Amino acid sequence: MIDKIFFILSALTVISASMVIISRHPMRSVLYLVLTFFLISAHYVLMNAQFLALVNIVVYAGAIMVLFLFVIMFLNLNKEIEQHKGLVIWLAAIIAGGSFMLLTMAALSKTTLPQATDANYNIGLVENLGATLYKEYLLPMEISSVLFLIAMAGVVLLGRKEKIIVE
Amino acid sequence: MSAVMIKLIFIVVVFGVSLFVAMYSTYAERKIAAFLQDRLGPNRAGPFGILQPFADGIKLFFKEEFIPLKADRWLFLMGPGFFMITALMTSAVIPFGADFIHDGKTIALQATDINVGLLYIFGVVSLGVYGILIGGWASNNKFSLLGAIRAASQNISYELAMGMSIVALVMMTSTLSLREIVDQQAGWHWNVFYQPLGFLIFIICAFAETNRAPFDLPECETELVGGYHTEFSSMKLGFYLFAEYINMFISSAVLATLFFGGYQFPWVSSMDPGLTKTILSVVVMFGKIFFFIFLFMWVRWTLPRFRYDQLMNLGWKILIPLAVVNIVLTGAVILYKMM
Amino acid sequence: METAAPQIFSSIPLTHYIMLSAALFMIGLIGVMVRRNVIIVFMCIEIMLNAANLMLTAASSYYGNAAGQIMVFFTMAVAAAEVSVGLAIIVMIYKNLRTINLDVFNKLKG
Repeated sequence: MIDKIFFILSALTVISASMVIISRHPMRSVLYLVLTFFLISAHYVLMNAQFLALVNIVVYAGAIMVLFLFVIMFLNLNKEIEQHKGLVIWLAAIIAGGSFMLLTMAALSKTTLPQATDANYNIGLVENLGATLYKEYLLPMEISSVLFLIAMAGVVLLGRKEKIIVE
Repeated sequence: MSAVMIKLIFIVVVFGVSLFVAMYSTYAERKIAAFLQDRLGPNRAGPFGILQPFADGIKLFFKEEFIPLKADRWLFLMGPGFFMITALMTSAVIPFGADFIHDGKTIALQATDINVGLLYIFGVVSLGVYGILIGGWASNNKFSLLGAIRAASQNISYELAMGMSIVALVMMTSTLSLREIVDQQAGWHWNVFYQPLGFLIFIICAFAETNRAPFDLPECETELVGGYHTEFSSMKLGFYLFAEYINMFISSAVLATLFFGGYQFPWVSSMDPGLTKTILSVVVMFGKIFFFIFLFMWVRWTLPRFRYDQLMNLGWKILIPLAVVNIVLTGAVILYKMM
Repeated sequence: METAAPQIFSSIPLTHYIMLSAALFMIGLIGVMVRRNVIIVFMCIEIMLNAANLMLTAASSYYGNAAGQIMVFFTMAVAAAEVSVGLAIIVMIYKNLRTINLDVFNKLKG
């Protein structure tokens, strides 16, 4: 039963990600990407990583994609703007990407992965994840807050109107 | 009856109750507005105008459906749908009453109790902006686009302060599950007495998230024709307006659950679990929800609307520092209590 | 759910997640190579990041090691910061060049 759920979810994820790159409307690509994030969150829930599933929705689908939508609306993109390359480029890209994927799959699936017999399956719950984050990984967390501060300052600086010097 | 059947019936009942309460909220809004403005309100359709929501619904059904010429057809049709979906999804985790224990079987009056219930509510609220953005964009109309962009920027600005006020609450309760938060508020230990500043910030952000006055800039008629729902007619417009009332109902339920004890009331919580306790707790919960809906409407018909820069000022420069101060104070008090 | 292991760990081997993650990564890679709209390219970069996140979470959950999920945290944080700065740059370029076709952004070419 659960492997049927896994296969349906995986098929939907791959189809939805393909529609992101195939669709000609930028707006529809954004919506397909939001759907992809929802499906990946469903995978996280299957693996009992509950906190990550919801954080994925809140951060990616709820904030980052809204930013993308904003930019698309400001730039007023219609579907006629982009020039599409021909079929040859698509074929070349699929061959290149496909060989990369085959290489990765072959290399990683031939290795014998160690068996985990007494793993702690509750590592995805909020309490355990939070304890690990604040005890062992405290420094990276504090530094990532500095990273956000720098990113905010950078974005505000980039968005300022430049002074126009009239000669 | 198997547990799955009971759960399905409960979900359908919650769905029906949300729609019914939203429907009569439209009637209550007009009656309360009339009361505050010293006039009568609707009193033609049925005795005291009770059948007014049905009249409104039938009128909306019979209006003409049209799609503007250059509008993106699929997105135009899906916009109201998204809004309605995110409005209804939150009701899955709210506990509406005490558990009904009947010879061994427990029927929980909560569709699902996930460990991260509070984060789920926050996630669904942050998704609520999509319905407005897509509807405003797909209308191919400058006023709709302006209304949609204002709504989206307002939504994401107030979402931050809301999240931070929830953080202070979670520091106190040390659980994200809504059922446990309600269970901790038995007797007189309502969270509003322990977190008054957090409650204030949360209720202001709830006003902003549901686009209710004084934060209703996205859809004000005096500035933007209809804002993001200008081009919508008939049932698509009905979905937008209806989903706004469902949002208000759900925000009131979340407020009551987080800060006002949910279905707990001092005398009811100490009763033995049984049918009377369940029914009384449901009545208590809905009493609190209706009080908050009345508060939403009271504020709407009293305060004038915010200007856009005043709104952004309030969200970023006043509420976020207040929320941070709240977190620091809560942390200090918890540390002091631990020592 | 607290005591018994979730069913997926016994019925789906980790290699299936490796293959799903590689397929998603490939789709993102093809999108970056083929599309000329810079915002779509950005979105395909997000697909690649998510494929990596999926692999990290799967490995972390199957072996009960929290390091994978913590890494996903930081990846999401960095992705959020990167998207905000990248989109700001794109808006600035649009103001100057009035186009978002990647083939036109070749001013640094020798």
